[in-house]
Amino acid sequence: MSLSNHIPILIIAIPLLAAFLVPLINRINKKAAGILTALALSVSLILTIALAVKILTVGPQVYVFGAASPSLTLPSGLKFPIRIMLQIDAMSIFMGLITAVVSFLGAIYSLSFTKQYDGVDKYYSLLLLLTVGMFGMEFTGDIFNFFVFLEIASIASVALISFRGIDFGEPAEAGFKYMIVSSISALMVLFAIGIFYGQYDLLNFAALASVIKYSQLDKIALGLLIPVLAMKAGAVPMHMWTPDAYSEAPAPITMILVAASQASLYALFRVVFSLYNISLNALTVGWIIIVFGLLSMFIGVTMAIVQKDIKRLMAYHAVSQTGYMFLGVGVGLAVLANPEALKNYGITAMEGGIFHIMNHAMYKGLLFLTAGALFFRTGTRDLNKMGGLAHYMKYTTIFFIIGAAAIAGLPPFNGFASKLLIYESVYRFNPLLSIMAMVVSILTLASFVKVFHSAFLGPKLPQFKEVKETPRSMLFAMAVLSCIIIFFGLFPDLIVKNLVHPAVMSLIEQLQYTGTVLGGM
Amino acid sequence: MKEMSRIVKTVTNFVYGFIIIFGFYIIAHGHLTPGGGFQGGAVVGSAFALLLVSYGSLNSKKFLKEDIFSLFEGFGLILFIVLGFSGLGITFFYNFLANSGGWFGDTAVIGVNPGDMNTGGVIPLMNIAVGLEVLSAFGVIVLTMARGAEFTKKKEKS
Repeated sequence: MSLSNHIPILIIAIPLLAAFLVPLINRINKKAAGILTALALSVSLILTIALAVKILTVGPQVYVFGAASPSLTLPSGLKFPIRIMLQIDAMSIFMGLITAVVSFLGAIYSLSFTKQYDGVDKYYSLLLLLTVGMFGMEFTGDIFNFFVFLEIASIASVALISFRGIDFGEPAEAGFKYMIVSSISALMVLFAIGIFYGQYDLLNFAALASVIKYSQLDKIALGLLIPVLAMKAGAVPMHMWTPDAYSEAPAPITMILVAASQASLYALFRVVFSLYNISLNALTVGWIIIVFGLLSMFIGVTMAIVQKDIKRLMAYHAVSQTGYMFLGVGVGLAVLANPEALKNYGITAMEGGIFHIMNHAMYKGLLFLTAGALFFRTGTRDLNKMGGLAHYMKYTTIFFIIGAAAIAGLPPFNGFASKLLIYESVYRFNPLLSIMAMVVSILTLASFVKVFHSAFLGPKLPQFKEVKETPRSMLFAMAVLSCIIIFFGLFPDLIVKNLVHPAVMSLIEQLQYTGTVLGGM
Repeated sequence: MKEMSRIVKTVTNFVYGFIIIFGFYIIAHGHLTPGGGFQGGAVVGSAFALLLVSYGSLNSKKFLKEDIFSLFEGFGLILFIVLGFSGLGITFFYNFLANSGGWFGDTAVIGVNPGDMNTGGVIPLMNIAVGLEVLSAFGVIVLTMARGAEFTKKKEKS
């Protein structure tokens, strides 16, 4: 039995082992904790890339815990799977790649960034646990196991958001808010799981998907799952936690939190597409998701324009950009039952929405990292107090320009590619939606011009005389993200064809998802 | 936190050993009787809470050490994940000890029987790992809460 069959579990288990080793290693050597974290996450990243290549060439993979063989989904004589399993298709691995890249770069960035904090071993331990939770949410094929990983990710994020200490007040408040939000959502998810288990005696996603009837109880479960997962993703009527959590968490954690909220978004898409698929009323649910998207886009950006705190402003932009994903995928869902419309523009809209998930993780991560770099050197997040920083931090300035251009959807960067896909396809569904999306994009550009002007331009200020360029590990993380942004912007076709299109197809084709576990039933 | 009266302390002296032994009994029999690593660990942890409450946080610092608790916590977690990894020859978390005839390797008897401790494969070992983790985590939590209470009292005074 070669080790290559165990790649799915090793991606999750190696960071988990490292998370438990970090506190022990820290007793021996204070510097080793960060290096061990970066090492474990780099192994995870390499394994994720290897798994992605395997999935995109061979097909979806399953990994059954504790069975006599990793691919033994149905023990002999049973019609349904009884063991916990990981089920990884093109969509899961697409999200897994985002998680792997973002968490690895977050750990690298933290090597210098955490010098200002005490208790660094706990920071790294929690960062690894958060990564484990995200990987688990994306890879699992078992709905109760999903709940467990959701809780792991939530608890780790709560502690990390308030990591700067209870003495400051705001971090504790942000952490408390996120704790309430995540425990409510976890309870609702558990309630929905109970409904499924009570009706069908099944916990496996694929097995549930093959028998789901869309009865009254299933409607209730859907009604519980959509709002809470949208809440964890930060969609507008339930977005109150995002500005606090994103702005109070340490910058690398904010970047990983963005990816964590997208893991919830992934779960929402997984529930709607793989679990229910066309058994639900696709037009209505699709429009609900589109309305979430519209509200998030518009309210997010209008709230962002008036902010003075740089990270809070970016947090509202994160809400606004999440709206694009909801819009793209919502349009795809609304035409799911209509094969012709799906082929004409539905798939393109979903490609835009899914591609935007990855683009958003990259450029929003980069922007939060530059904001963290400014905070690291100047000690303030208030835009009115900053100014003239381009004189001192030239690389950070360049990275900020790249990130801002990407989020505003300017052509040579990746935001343009996915936004154009969304505009074109959504226009054919409903022109008004497309126009709204463009207006939001213009407002985004306006607010980032404001940030750029007030933070970086202007004369040298006397209070920032001591400010230097950021340390090398932080520059490295930002440079890698910038390279990814430019690469995606220059060759969007390559990414869409090889990564995004298989992900969209694996969402739409429910039979393929259930067939992986149940063997072509 | 101040120490409590002599009556409470005497009763604590009598009782805490039995509570700890009962907790370890629940951990060790986790694969046969109700309970398991978490429940047994919580019982042992309640003995620590009893000691802390009756002797006060200052006196109990002599015998309840946060440093040692957090060391054991990490050790328990690592033991658990290593048990998962050691099944990796077949699958992660594979129960490689069950029915092997060695440690915890007897075949479980079906039907009414007094219970055989020597069954279950890696499950008893995992129970011990979880128990170790939970009891030490419980100790850390109790000590942290006591420190927090101390901290707020100081703040209120000043």
